Amino acid sequence: MRRAAPDPPRTGPSSPDAPALLRARGLIKVYKSGGVAVEAVRGVDLEVGVGEFVAIMGPSGSGKSTLLHVLGGLEPATHGEIWLRGKRVDGLSASAWAVLRRQHVGFVFQFFNLLSTMTVADNVELPALLAGASPRQARKRREELLAELGITAKANTAPARLSGGEQQRVALARALANEPSLLLADEPTGNLDSANTNDVLRLLRRAHAAGQTILMVTHDAKVAGLADRVVNLFDGMIADDAKVVPAPRRAQAVRNFLELRG
Amino acid sequence: MRQPLLALLAKEPAHGYELKLALEQTFGQAYPSPNIGQIYVTLKRLEQDGLVRSQDVAQDSRPNKKVYELTPAGREQLAAWVTEPIEGPRVRDEFFMKLILAPMAGLADRMELINSQRRHYFGIMRNLMDMQANMDRATPAARLLIEGAVLHLQADLDWLERCQEELL
Repeated sequence: MRRAAPDPPRTGPSSPDAPALLRARGLIKVYKSGGVAVEAVRGVDLEVGVGEFVAIMGPSGSGKSTLLHVLGGLEPATHGEIWLRGKRVDGLSASAWAVLRRQHVGFVFQFFNLLSTMTVADNVELPALLAGASPRQARKRREELLAELGITAKANTAPARLSGGEQQRVALARALANEPSLLLADEPTGNLDSANTNDVLRLLRRAHAAGQTILMVTHDAKVAGLADRVVNLFDGMIADDAKVVPAPRRAQAVRNFLELRG
Repeated sequence: MRQPLLALLAKEPAHGYELKLALEQTFGQAYPSPNIGQIYVTLKRLEQDGLVRSQDVAQDSRPNKKVYELTPAGREQLAAWVTEPIEGPRVRDEFFMKLILAPMAGLADRMELINSQRRHYFGIMRNLMDMQANMDRATPAARLLIEGAVLHLQADLDWLERCQEELL
């Protein structure tokens, strides 16, 4: 995806000196459920560098989605700090978060969440218009994105008439419309068949290669093969946080694997 | 290696190098390029076992080449291989032994074992995804082989997660 000069300057994905675009410290999220407090996130420290692609994995109920929603301001944190682009944001009001997201954070969900009464084109143009772009600018950006994602022909279609894979591509276009500093994705392939999953992953790979910072919750281990880093969440805490390093003795490791056991 | 060579020879007689090329063309970059030495050794063993026979064919200004063809016994064994189901994949029992036994002896921490195994799998997944991204002109066989490897790896990772949930 083409992007305007990123801000702050990019030092390359997962470079050790990459300035943290997103930083969380001691993050805790407690839900009250029927008078019982449920700790969904129990003290998470996390940094995502500019240009990094980080996957959050872990069993169902480990707090992955809650963590992502708290980091994106969709739900307030109970305790802890969140810093985005060097500014502390955990205390922002819902409306201040909405403004911040419009400018700096794109969201993609498992169930697409497109506006069903609007065309594909309008869905993708809306965020730019809300952020103050002129109709001409919004339209130009929309045309670029739809072309990039291979769905130009669907511009005037209603979302409900598209396949799941196409809807997710529209959702991705919408999320990228304002060239967000950070793309947050919550199981974006969770509802897709394998061909559509591969398509969406290819687009994410391209966006990442073009400098897009991505934080994605996923069950799909294929994502781990695209990410710079995988954070493993377990019982609301980080059990592991490691860069993805191509298998040592690459040829041998892959050879052993391709000899598919049995 | 034995059965694939028999299967290729069932199509037509060939010499060792032709078999290597046929394997490469069919499976492309998805499959590790077969070692020519290994092919010759396997052919020799197949011949000793009476499954193939060879004929020296003279070549102009080059050493004779051995052309192999299937014997009736070879054809029979190949037919049996083709019709029998293949054993399912084994669980990585060596890792499982480590996971269960090493902590009992105080040699390792289960979470660390799972994490390091998982990191290793992610590294292989990276390699496979890189291969998949460069397969625009690959044969369907090559693509399916990579996809199969990805699915197996995914199952291994799911199983690690189950180990984590049950044991920790």
